[in-house]
Amino acid sequence: MAVAIALALIVSACQQQPRTGTATSAPTGTGGEQPKSGGTLVFIVSSEPPSFDAHRETTYALLHPTSPHYSLLYKFDPAGITKNPKIVPDVAADMPQVSADKLTWTIKLRTNVKFHDGSQMTSADVLATYNKIIFPEEAKGVLSPRKGVYAAVESIAAPDPNTVVFKLKYPSGSFQSGLASPWNWIYSAAKLKEDPRWYEKNVMGTGPFTRIEYVKGSHWSGRKNPDYFVQGRPYLDAYRAVFIADANAQKNAIQSGQAQIEFRGFTPQQRDDLSRAMGTNLAVQENSWVCVNYITFNTTKKPFDDVRVRRALTLAIDRWSGGQALSQITIVKDVGGLSRPGSTYAMPPAELQKIAGFGRDAKTAQDQAKALLAQAGVPNLTFAFHNRSVTTPYEPVAVFAINEWKKIGVNATHQVKETSAYIADLRNKNFDVGLDFNCDYLDEPDLQLSKFYSASGLGRGLNLAHYDDKKLDDMITAQSRETDVEKRKKLVWDIEKYAMDEMAYQVPVLWWYRIIPHSTKVRGWEIGSNHYTNQDLASVWLAN
Amino acid sequence: MQRYIVGRLLLMIPTLFGVAVLTFVVMRLVPGDIVALRYAGTGASVPQEIIDQERRALGLDKGIPEQFADWMAGIARLDMGTSLWTGRPVVEEVSLRLELSVELAIIATLLAIALAVPLGVIAAVKQDTWIDYVIRVFSIGGLAMPSFWIGILMILVLLTTFGWAPPLTFTSLLEDPFANLSQLIWPALAVGYRYSAVAMRMTRSSVLEVMREDYIRTARAKGARERLVVVRHALRNSLLPVVTVISLEFAFLIGGLVVTEQVFNLNGIGKLLVDAVAHRDYTLVQAIVLLLAFVFVLVNFLVDMLYVFLDPRIRYS
Repeated sequence: MAVAIALALIVSACQQQPRTGTATSAPTGTGGEQPKSGGTLVFIVSSEPPSFDAHRETTYALLHPTSPHYSLLYKFDPAGITKNPKIVPDVAADMPQVSADKLTWTIKLRTNVKFHDGSQMTSADVLATYNKIIFPEEAKGVLSPRKGVYAAVESIAAPDPNTVVFKLKYPSGSFQSGLASPWNWIYSAAKLKEDPRWYEKNVMGTGPFTRIEYVKGSHWSGRKNPDYFVQGRPYLDAYRAVFIADANAQKNAIQSGQAQIEFRGFTPQQRDDLSRAMGTNLAVQENSWVCVNYITFNTTKKPFDDVRVRRALTLAIDRWSGGQALSQITIVKDVGGLSRPGSTYAMPPAELQKIAGFGRDAKTAQDQAKALLAQAGVPNLTFAFHNRSVTTPYEPVAVFAINEWKKIGVNATHQVKETSAYIADLRNKNFDVGLDFNCDYLDEPDLQLSKFYSASGLGRGLNLAHYDDKKLDDMITAQSRETDVEKRKKLVWDIEKYAMDEMAYQVPVLWWYRIIPHSTKVRGWEIGSNHYTNQDLASVWLAN
Repeated sequence: MQRYIVGRLLLMIPTLFGVAVLTFVVMRLVPGDIVALRYAGTGASVPQEIIDQERRALGLDKGIPEQFADWMAGIARLDMGTSLWTGRPVVEEVSLRLELSVELAIIATLLAIALAVPLGVIAAVKQDTWIDYVIRVFSIGGLAMPSFWIGILMILVLLTTFGWAPPLTFTSLLEDPFANLSQLIWPALAVGYRYSAVAMRMTRSSVLEVMREDYIRTARAKGARERLVVVRHALRNSLLPVVTVISLEFAFLIGGLVVTEQVFNLNGIGKLLVDAVAHRDYTLVQAIVLLLAFVFVLVNFLVDMLYVFLDPRIRYS
């Protein structure tokens, strides 16, 4: 009987379901194609959001299903985001007007933006939103993990319903990009007044899609907002984010056509499997990723308080051959310093190769490493390499590093712990050497360098090497206040030389590489350098 | 009998209290912190002050005895608390998944019984014939192959042969029975096969044992037909151990299908429990473990009551 039921289900399931929606004329989309309206995009999200408030959360698992409900002041232009990420107005009417002393930023707002409850969005909403992010009412339990990014802001004002003015204490090199943060959803001032934590459990924005439902553990869905302020957008009738944690189940969902895309990233093996199974029905987008693994030394513990030991351990790693080999099996590839390789602030390769562990001559580096260990009195160093129990990419990266250390006579044991215990150990200094990681939404030195501040100062809870270094603090602050890009680049490179080479506190292993295989039906979405931005789906459409 | 039932029901309270204490203590002994995980687990740079602030907000800065007292006071008011991870009531989180888990357990159990009892009886009646060998190989196969692995194979066959996979999201049986079964029949088959193998072997050995009893010989001597002997006399008397096995497996299925749930992307209790442990969501873990313990205790109790029905010789006093 069971077999009979099963066969019946198979046969009926094989019948194709028609897609809803109609094709209409619309503005030209990417690649010169005419975007078509209609259809439901189904995409995969591998974990679920804790709360619905992007101002307090840090996981992409919130941004992917929920960003389509919201707008930002500025955002990254979805067109050309792969090669040339460009900030464009979202609810802002234009780019900011900046005063000559770079301390006053005046922003005009669009006048046709409505919240999903029909109320008009005004400068009061933007003011309330940014006050919540930069000056959170902590006494009322409002948390804002990224308020430090806006430390330069002195005050915010809304002189008229369509204007917002930010006053800065000092010029900031990262302020403009901070206004395009994918976390800074515009909230309703009225709702925030009602309850500053209202958005933790409710959704109500000005974005291209309104919310249909959220079934925990299952899916999140939204439908087209007919009052969206950009005419003709969005193209999709609806979207459905399906929560699938298992990597094989994710791949199966794409292969069977039940889902069209996953926006975070797949492994090379998943890509190849899908490519074999789907052939020309699969498109693959790839890009370098603003995520990196660091080797972090517990500088409060001997012998890792000795810079010679730290330098030896970074010198031993042949990143160039590692990048080539590991990119075949996991999501790392590029060799770089503290900024993503190829990005604006990335150190030029010739300079980078002068830094310990980043040169092309692996043999010489290993000989230098052995000599340094001998000088430090630990020629046969043994330690535990602390890692989290997540396969991609942590395990292969750690195994690679351990193997490289073996070549200089160092015996590191791979100590794998479940994520929560791993984080607790790193924070509590209960480790020798750890594999840390960092992901950001933007190539911005203020973001990438935040974990290099002194552990007892601005780096508290971020700097897991647990050192204090006043000189480095001053260097990081100086680059942050430099608004000239060329001058700032040089300051950032000086920091890299100091932190990675001279002191070797925490050193990058390899930068991640993002791979998005998806159905060829998905159009209007370009891969970016991170998995946080470009998720409002306003420009995404489905081909027949 | 009534006194026995009341006694058994009252005994559930200290049992569940013991489970509650054990779960509470074990969760606190495991290293890790939900707040650090929530903010630092994604690679984001979050200052320590935010972590400290959130710990205070969740009451994790309180002493362990105080946390336990708060939790117990909540249970006394039938308030299981809110999930530390999502901030939603624990009851809401669990009840959402319970429908799927219970339904899957029921379908798997029905499939297992439908396979195990007839095949187990046939194997016993046809002992040491080729029929018995085939059934035994079939049942050993079920024991040897993990159900999640069978699930993976099923999905691969469906995908490669038909280009189809079971639906990704759950639809209630009442809302759309077809969509519901399209999703649940596959994991139920995978789990039910292994489940049936256990019950099948138990049925076979139990029937074999009973078939050697004097009253079976007497029934045959009286000229009763073989089918009547097997069904009326042998089967009913051999059901006690089978019922025990089936019941305990049923209780296990409610929360024990973690891997199978992942393979089929099922939004069940097992997956919720694993996620809650990984997140160090103390209140949710405590509630789920308590629920599963309650299911086990209740099923045990019901099985004991069923014994009386199956074997009139059994009396509780």
